[in-house]
Amino acid sequence: MSATRAVTPPDTKARVGRTGPAEPRLGSTLLRHLGLAVVAALLLVAASYGLEPFRNFQLATVAAYLCATAGLTVLTGLNGQLSLGHGALMATGAYTVALCQNAFADAGMTGGWLLPVSLGAAVLAALVVGAVVGVAAARLRGPYLAGVTLAVAVVVPALTVTFDGVFNGEQGLAVPVEPPPVALGAYFPYERWQLWVTAAATLLALLLLANLVRSRYGRTFRAVRDDEVAARLAGIHVARTQVLAFVVSAAGAGLGGALLAVLAQSVSPGAFSLTLSLFLLMAVVIGGLGSLAGAAWGAVLLVALPDLTHALTEQLTLSPAVAQRVEGNLPLAIFGLTLVVVMIAAPGGVQGLLSRLTRAVSARRAGRRRS
Amino acid sequence: MDRFVFLTLDGLSRGAVLAAFALALVLIWRAARIVNFAQGAMAVATAYVAYSVSAATGSYWLGFLAALGAGLLLGAAVDLVVMRFVDHTSPLNPVIVALGLVLLIQAVLGMAYGSEFLPAATPFSRNPLTVGGVAVLSPYDLFVFAAVAVVVVGLAWTFTRTAVGLRMRAAAFAPEVSRLLGVNVGGMLTLGWALASGVGALAGMLVIPTELGLHPHAMDLVFVSAFTAAVVGGLDSPPGAVVGGLAVGLLLSYVSGYAGSDVTPLAVLVLLLAVLLVRPGGLFAPVAARRV
Repeated sequence: MSATRAVTPPDTKARVGRTGPAEPRLGSTLLRHLGLAVVAALLLVAASYGLEPFRNFQLATVAAYLCATAGLTVLTGLNGQLSLGHGALMATGAYTVALCQNAFADAGMTGGWLLPVSLGAAVLAALVVGAVVGVAAARLRGPYLAGVTLAVAVVVPALTVTFDGVFNGEQGLAVPVEPPPVALGAYFPYERWQLWVTAAATLLALLLLANLVRSRYGRTFRAVRDDEVAARLAGIHVARTQVLAFVVSAAGAGLGGALLAVLAQSVSPGAFSLTLSLFLLMAVVIGGLGSLAGAAWGAVLLVALPDLTHALTEQLTLSPAVAQRVEGNLPLAIFGLTLVVVMIAAPGGVQGLLSRLTRAVSARRAGRRRS
Repeated sequence: MDRFVFLTLDGLSRGAVLAAFALALVLIWRAARIVNFAQGAMAVATAYVAYSVSAATGSYWLGFLAALGAGLLLGAAVDLVVMRFVDHTSPLNPVIVALGLVLLIQAVLGMAYGSEFLPAATPFSRNPLTVGGVAVLSPYDLFVFAAVAVVVVGLAWTFTRTAVGLRMRAAAFAPEVSRLLGVNVGGMLTLGWALASGVGALAGMLVIPTELGLHPHAMDLVFVSAFTAAVVGGLDSPPGAVVGGLAVGLLLSYVSGYAGSDVTPLAVLVLLLAVLLVRPGGLFAPVAARRV
């Protein structure tokens, strides 16, 4: 639903670009986004050759998280619905990929098309779950919605233990993934291949989301967020819009979870705890709720922060037991504290600060030109 | 039949704790229009305080008192240091800030105490007494009932019979008028947070020994159950919270007794969704006119 409807004719989007709050833009939005995606893809390919394997893997992880944070940005930032259950939607995608890949492996099938099929199935599964939750969510407001999605976040990992015949309980499932194609050469680094696969899927998802955000549907999302009554008076079907936003956002989360599972080559309920859902929310809030660029900052933060605290704890001389405790929990503490401070001091997040900065700079330049 | 009686009594005892916890949520909702998603983490923090004090002094009751005191202080601190400065124009903001507090508190506890399950002591035996060959309540269950009853009656008395309770209600319902009449609205808000957090600390002390033990995440599922209880009763109604708590406790007990304890989280989710979809204001709320 999201993928086909997202792409509305280019002429409408060009009009949005001109009437939007930003300065007038050249060409159609679709072409501009395509161009950006191609540039990003080229940069990523260059980076994949320039960086060492571990950094490649980290970049791939950022890309996987970006799917989920972008989805959550659409839901919370643009549509005003708070979800604490996106970790559970990621788990849905991850387990679907695991089940599909295992089924293919059991059937003895091989080929490059299997992974895209599994990823598609993961997105579909998350879509369905998202639609179910979204229908309930459309009737709920603020803290009630947060409570329901919180319950989803707590319950879904518990389900994997309940039905351990399918999901193998706390152990989780392995995700068999094929090696890179032979055509790339016998010694092609596996991490580089992982980055290519993840980045390709993420760029495609972002392209669709970016167009959706600029389309008629994106405008209705924001209208509903800003004033439900006014939106209703303007002829917008509020509940349908909210369900659509939830479904789109769930698809993003499902894809992100599936990509994470492919990267880790395993899934387990422990990886999709309530903490992950809170982390996603933190990431999009700290990154900046209003835009997809904020989602990118958040995804980078999710990967970089544990790495930074690891480096920090290595500098300190701590006993191994204490060091392990601190290393596991320090990122959480920093995240929580940052979130509280950001919410109080700079509700726009990183992206909000950046755009305020650029606006100030360009205003000063304009003033100088005038004088 | 014996099993049914046992499950019913067990469910009521579990429900009493959930009722206390739901009551804490209702208190803050009434005072500040915030659902305190950090309630569970705050209660766990006070339980760790009790653990430390009990370990240092060897007395359960000193630890118990320390937990209650820590709860009061923590609630007041959360209001004075954090919530007061949050922009309340969007109802999402306080929720997000509370979630930040959850991460922060759980991480600090994990750093200080580690994430192993620590044993939580009980002051009385948890072995059920038998009456006429039927296993009924344990002495600990009776203690839970008594403690929750004291809190419920105490809160009801405070709010309806004392001057402070009257001022707190006034500050919550008509802050501007109350301020003109000389009520310290901010102070009443802080008091509300302290009281709610103290009640939450009590509920945490009562429920953690019946779970797996003391752990930074010990209250995650309890919080979901208590939120469901509060929603079942309607977030605005203290008697509703008590009834909702007992109902959710009974549901949990029957489901885990007859269908297995793995299914209980799902049952809670189903109940929460059912109540919210049928009567979003809770079973005790008067039917209000919709805005549009």
